[in-house]
Amino acid sequence: MRIGVITFPGSLDDHDALRAIRLVGAEPVALWHGEHDLHGVDAIVLPGGFSYGDYLRCGAIASHSPIMAEVVQAANGGMPVLGICNGFQMLVEAHLLPGGLIRNDHGHFIRRDQVLRVENNTTAWTNDFALNEEIVIPLKNGEGGYIANEETLKELEGEGRVAFRYVGMNPNGSLNDIAGITNARGNVVGLMPHPEHAVEPGFGPNTSQRMRSGVDGLKFFTSVLEGVLA
Amino acid sequence: MPTIVVEVMPKAELLDPAGKAVAGALARLGHSSFTNVRIGKRFELTVDGPVTDAVLADAQKIAEEILSNQVIEDVTSVVEVK
Repeated sequence: MRIGVITFPGSLDDHDALRAIRLVGAEPVALWHGEHDLHGVDAIVLPGGFSYGDYLRCGAIASHSPIMAEVVQAANGGMPVLGICNGFQMLVEAHLLPGGLIRNDHGHFIRRDQVLRVENNTTAWTNDFALNEEIVIPLKNGEGGYIANEETLKELEGEGRVAFRYVGMNPNGSLNDIAGITNARGNVVGLMPHPEHAVEPGFGPNTSQRMRSGVDGLKFFTSVLEGVLA
Repeated sequence: MPTIVVEVMPKAELLDPAGKAVAGALARLGHSSFTNVRIGKRFELTVDGPVTDAVLADAQKIAEEILSNQVIEDVTSVVEVK
């Protein structure tokens, strides 16, 4: 299975995502924002970072990149697409996911190992988790406050499309403690925290067993692997 | 060159943390007459040629579709400035 990671000007976590993909046994494929070519990948990751320096709005200019035409088309055709942090911001700017992300309510950039609850384990990127499983992955953002109008929130909650919810504390003022959502079909998932930073012992969040041993992010990538092979 | 000015504001019902931080700073500096600050954006679009209705309509369209995100912001003004 080949999973593409698109690099935009200002992407930071593209190589972490490529490494995560390699660690679960898939073939990572580096894609470039300026091309109109997905190079035949089976799934796509929009990585974290600060594309275009967050100018205009976070993810806004990147969402109009040449390759995004192909991404939108592939997503609408059912291809798994995961947007992490800045990638999540691109997905809402591209209208592949509803709502928006605004500056953290406390006004500060925040970086912490964050507990999330997986509330939808039927998406392309979450089917390896148990329902309501609590996981710990790093969070790092300045504009991660999820907002949507009442109607959209009701729809997301009613249809079980809140894929991840913050547990213990709400790090950025997101409505309903929403950390990540999915589209109705379950192939497009976006979240602010970073699964690709919790995939290898020695480099992940601390656990009760050992420092930096957390690898809860792996299941995002094993989920999509099994979904496509199945 | 003719210029069209587009102004975009965060939606009134949304928290504007940047504005809030500035309001807090003003209060600390003793400017107590100002109780609230909201921060928006101003775009100056330089036009090649006269500003026709079609150009203005195009500016309105990009203001709503690209320069703002209607989920979190409102376009408050699209006008030609002479």
